Amino acid sequence: MPGSPIERHGAARGALVQAAFVLALAFLVYEGAAMALAHMRAHHIPFDFGFWDERAGFDIDQHLIPYSFTSTYGRAFFVGLTNTLVVAAIGIVFASLIGFAIGAARLSPNLIVAKCAGAYVEALRNVPLLLQILFWYNAVLKALPVPRASLAFPGHVFLNNRGLFVPAPTLSPLGISLPVFHGFNFAGGARLSPEFVALTLSLILYTAAFIAEIVRAGIAGVPKGQGEAAAALGLNARQTRKYVVVPQALRLIVPPLTSQYLNLFKNSSLAVFIGYPDLVQVFAGTVLNQTGAAVPVIAVTMAVYLFVSLIVATAMNLYNRRIVGVAH
Amino acid sequence: MPAAYVRATPAPVLPPPVAAGPSWTRLLRNLFGAPQSLLLTVLALIVWLVPGLLRYFVFDAVWHGGATACRAANGACWTFIGEKLPYFIYGSYPPDQRWRVNLVFAIGAGLIVWLLAPRAPARRLGTWLAFLVYPALAFVLLYGWPALGLKRVSSDLWGGMLVTLIVATFGIVVSLPLGILLALGRRSQLPAVRLASAAFIEFMRGVPMIAVLFMADTMLPLFLPEGFEPDRLVRPLVGVALFASAYMAEVVRGGLQALPKGQSEAGKALGLRYWGIERLIVLPQVLRLTIPAIAGTFIGLFKDTTLVATVGIFDFLRTVDSARLDPNWSGPTITTTAYIFAALVYFVCCFGMSRYALGLERRLAARYGRATG
Repeated sequence: MPGSPIERHGAARGALVQAAFVLALAFLVYEGAAMALAHMRAHHIPFDFGFWDERAGFDIDQHLIPYSFTSTYGRAFFVGLTNTLVVAAIGIVFASLIGFAIGAARLSPNLIVAKCAGAYVEALRNVPLLLQILFWYNAVLKALPVPRASLAFPGHVFLNNRGLFVPAPTLSPLGISLPVFHGFNFAGGARLSPEFVALTLSLILYTAAFIAEIVRAGIAGVPKGQGEAAAALGLNARQTRKYVVVPQALRLIVPPLTSQYLNLFKNSSLAVFIGYPDLVQVFAGTVLNQTGAAVPVIAVTMAVYLFVSLIVATAMNLYNRRIVGVAH
Repeated sequence: MPAAYVRATPAPVLPPPVAAGPSWTRLLRNLFGAPQSLLLTVLALIVWLVPGLLRYFVFDAVWHGGATACRAANGACWTFIGEKLPYFIYGSYPPDQRWRVNLVFAIGAGLIVWLLAPRAPARRLGTWLAFLVYPALAFVLLYGWPALGLKRVSSDLWGGMLVTLIVATFGIVVSLPLGILLALGRRSQLPAVRLASAAFIEFMRGVPMIAVLFMADTMLPLFLPEGFEPDRLVRPLVGVALFASAYMAEVVRGGLQALPKGQSEAGKALGLRYWGIERLIVLPQVLRLTIPAIAGTFIGLFKDTTLVATVGIFDFLRTVDSARLDPNWSGPTITTTAYIFAALVYFVCCFGMSRYALGLERRLAARYGRATG
């Protein structure tokens, strides 16, 4: 950096500043760690992973991998992790679909369509996500009728205050199991809990508003001359979109889209507020409270988020490199 | 022999472009120019939604009358909001001391008008007052100082909009300078400074804010000397400020990268040192360039203040969420009314901030003759 101490006063001063900085940082870290260790010893707070193989003794409503209250804390960690990843994966797919559709609608030549899409974007992104989650969960899903009076949708989908009941594939015998009302509740099919529906739905709708804005800016960022040149070459509207506008717009869209995907993944931790058993709710919540092992639990939780963020960012960077390469 | 390819008669005159015609034809074309099915869908949605919303929030809503009227109503219960409004604003702050909160609000509003109004006088003085004097004054007023005759009010009693504004203001006041320092650190020539800044920024941006708040709440007391228990409200404040600083740092770094290198080189040629160049030449331009992004970060921060509820702080949303469970007001529409009211409040704040930023951006672009963005 021009004008920095190194250039102006020689390497010696730079080294001195750095040495002082490193020493101060090391002192702070050492003092903090020593203080924390003393605290934890005095209050018998565990700071190792001894709890990992102990019996958890609490139940988790939703689990994709086998789990019961006799399972270990380590098992509970993986249940929370898979629940987080499922929400993030479904959320990313649908938020992209809706976001691209609304972003394109904002550029529609039709005023009504464009204004409605604009209203959607402004309304959704100016209201906190937590409020939207609470609204869907407490005001909409909790207020639904009991299973006997379920709302029925085409394709054997039923919605009631116990959750969303959908057909599910079965392995043995190979086929599809349909939800059927039986006695007081539904049997067969798959039940998506209200917590899961509220969290995923709000994440999708909220992130879609941001993606729509990115898509709009991306398409608007392609110079007008590009489309006009394509028309002059005799390409029709569909070909112009497919071969000229979208490839160039993607280059502008992908980098900010990556951070929206990461935001959605991190925002799935708001599950805590409605009790969906995600990583933070199960591990940094229940496990932390039962074991009191604050430092290891928080460290593992943070490490998971950092690790997944790193993977998503790397994958999107590779994709970005490919689309930039194709266009050249 | 005349050339066969030369036109003998003039070509027919083309009609003028439609856009140049009267504006109502343009409007008609804009209204009915899309695929019919899409248009019909959107129109049907509007026709179906708007009357229903109007009925629920205006015509069938309860504007006068108490809880019994609300229990029977098919619409929003606005009297509930009126009754709970003091709780939404002050939390459990003692009613006879609420003038102190009002005073803090009033001074804050005055400072905001002073700083944000175009062509305001002595803005430098205002900045110092807002960033240094006001926080201290607000703390003394809110927390109390028995020697001055101000009764102590524990932060356990603070709540509602008061806490939301405290968290947001603290986050903004701390994250802007800290974010600038971190951004400069990340571009520093000193590897140790660069590494430490980058590690901090990437760590904070890689984890969810809830995890940061959990960490601040459970681990901050561990790292401080025995008997020095940080206040219940201070812990999330620290978490929010550090979290916001990392995002601010990336915004400022984007601006630093966009500024041509010649600017700081020219500063060096004038004989300025590092801090002189940054303070007098680089940062004023960078901050002007990044105003839209900084405003975006502030809006995000304002929305994120709702997450302090994880560690048991009663911010605005939390007071609304707990008031709706009041058994005296149990009605079928209370929950929806409460959430819609909260959504309107957040929308007005966030949308207002984004509109102000847009206007400021245009004004600066006009003054400095620079394209926006």
